[in-house]
Amino acid sequence: MLTIADRIFQSRLFTGTGKFNSPAMMEEALLASGSQLVTVALKRVDVKHNDNDDLLLRLKYPHINLLPNTSGVRNAKEAVFAAQLAREALETNWIKLEIHPDPKYLMPDPIETLKATEELAKMGFVVLPYIHADPVLCKRLEDAGTAAVMPLGSPIGSNKGLKTIDFLEIIISQSTVPVIVDAGIGAPSDAAKALEIGADAVLVNTAIAVSSNPVQMAEAFKLAVEAGRMAFEAKLAQPVSYAMASSPLTSFLDE
Amino acid sequence: MSSFNDIFETYNWDDTKASIYAKTSADVERALAAEKRTLEDFKALVSPAAAPYLEQMAQISQRLTLKRFGKVLQMYVPLYLSNECSNICTYCGFSYDNKVKRKTLSPMEIMQEVAVIKEMGYEHVLLVTGEDNVNVHVDYFKKVLELIRPHFAHISMEVQPMDLEDYQQLTPYGLNTVLVYQETYHKEDYKKHHPKGKKSNFKYRVETPDRLGQAGIHKMGLGVLIGLEDWRTDCFFTAMHLNYLEKKYWQTKYSLSFPRLRPFSGGLEPKVEMNDRELVQLICAYRLFNEEVELSISTRESANFRNNIIKLGITSISAGSKTNPGGYAVEPESLEQFEISDERSPAEIAKIIAQQGYEAVWKDWDSCLT
Repeated sequence: MLTIADRIFQSRLFTGTGKFNSPAMMEEALLASGSQLVTVALKRVDVKHNDNDDLLLRLKYPHINLLPNTSGVRNAKEAVFAAQLAREALETNWIKLEIHPDPKYLMPDPIETLKATEELAKMGFVVLPYIHADPVLCKRLEDAGTAAVMPLGSPIGSNKGLKTIDFLEIIISQSTVPVIVDAGIGAPSDAAKALEIGADAVLVNTAIAVSSNPVQMAEAFKLAVEAGRMAFEAKLAQPVSYAMASSPLTSFLDE
Repeated sequence: MSSFNDIFETYNWDDTKASIYAKTSADVERALAAEKRTLEDFKALVSPAAAPYLEQMAQISQRLTLKRFGKVLQMYVPLYLSNECSNICTYCGFSYDNKVKRKTLSPMEIMQEVAVIKEMGYEHVLLVTGEDNVNVHVDYFKKVLELIRPHFAHISMEVQPMDLEDYQQLTPYGLNTVLVYQETYHKEDYKKHHPKGKKSNFKYRVETPDRLGQAGIHKMGLGVLIGLEDWRTDCFFTAMHLNYLEKKYWQTKYSLSFPRLRPFSGGLEPKVEMNDRELVQLICAYRLFNEEVELSISTRESANFRNNIIKLGITSISAGSKTNPGGYAVEPESLEQFEISDERSPAEIAKIIAQQGYEAVWKDWDSCLT
């Protein structure tokens, strides 16, 4: 089972709440996904009157933990402010740090993200930062007190899968905190692959929300994540591209 | 400091227009097949040669928009603050030489209007005025922003172009987005349509997005008034402007509008007609050229057109709009800037959006973010 900070997760599929065609559809899909950690953009919800917010009402299940995100902020200062607001409004000290000053490709700013992580961790937040698949940055974030790292698989919303796989493997091999592949996962097979190489979890939004049957797609991701994890635990056989000959080079030793 | 005008000056309208009309079906097919599309591809997509490929363009446009924006449409509404204007614009109901009763809303009147708008469910508001530095100046806007900021999640403005310092002063008051339409990139025609007032300065207007970028505005909106000149050429320059701005002011978000000239009492007839088929072509061409840009449609367009355009690439839509200051509560009968084509209520539009399998989103920003 996966532990992040003080919480245990049976499901390794984290999900988002954007891009669905209705709050009802979102609710149904998220239930089908079995997800226990669901991220919500602070900018999408009514923080002042959150008791009436349709989106939030649809997420009120005992097994669903809310993960507010800071989407829309451009620097560490704004992120810290947004995190405090989210903590107050949604009564959780968990925060998904999204600092993308670039609104076109939504690329995370590593410098501001590190700064904000340091500050928020000191303030007692459980910080999950969305970042590039940058192994050094991941180690720096660990030092700063991050609860997990969320490197991207490919550009956010692109459905291109694990384009950063070589870097993800390095990150996974040396991380002391959970690694959650956050962006670009377009198909259940991408999610399975991420788990197979040892990622602790994946976060999927677009691929579920935009499919023509989000509920069925959510279930497909659920199964893929479970399969990927099982395969990782069972230890995958390594692919080999050549046959193993009997020992022509070392057989003389037995003579 | 360099500006878009430096690049724009190297272009010639007639040559550009000719190059668009020279595009062939082979150019269109290449543009359709490309993964990332260039300005030359955009020319092909808005050219007459692309007309037979409209359905294909619409399919791609829908797919790209879904991927980026999801099954949602952002709702916004204009709030007209003033019809004072010191410009002559041959096509506008608020033009200086047009004999209408002038009105600028007082703080109390603004709050009456806000109450009605909030009742409709809006969180994203677009403040609109004529262009008049005497009555609607920076200090007036500061007061308005201060007044309404607690009531809205997202505030945009469509007023006269301002100096860099003005924009820098307004952003801390919660100004998120500024829309500034070039009207036309045809310099000579621009002069003809704007013979008097500060607006007659083409260069100052065309450099406004540069000033907004320098001021670090969150989002800016571009567009031309379709009907003044050849729309294909005008929209090519819009796309080129967008391309330039995105690279230079990479922290800013962009939106495009494509208002077609609407009648008003005593107004100008469009020089160039753009039919519905061509407007769909333009919307899809913009989307194929730029996957991330927001595309906005107003109540200038008819109910039937708006119903059918929801799934084709646009990302934000207004409804229940009034284009006269005081139109919601204070003086509903005063003269409008232009006639509305689609008078359905925001609730009705939200229902239509839902019927098409999309969600009308009312809030996608927070005042804490500006």
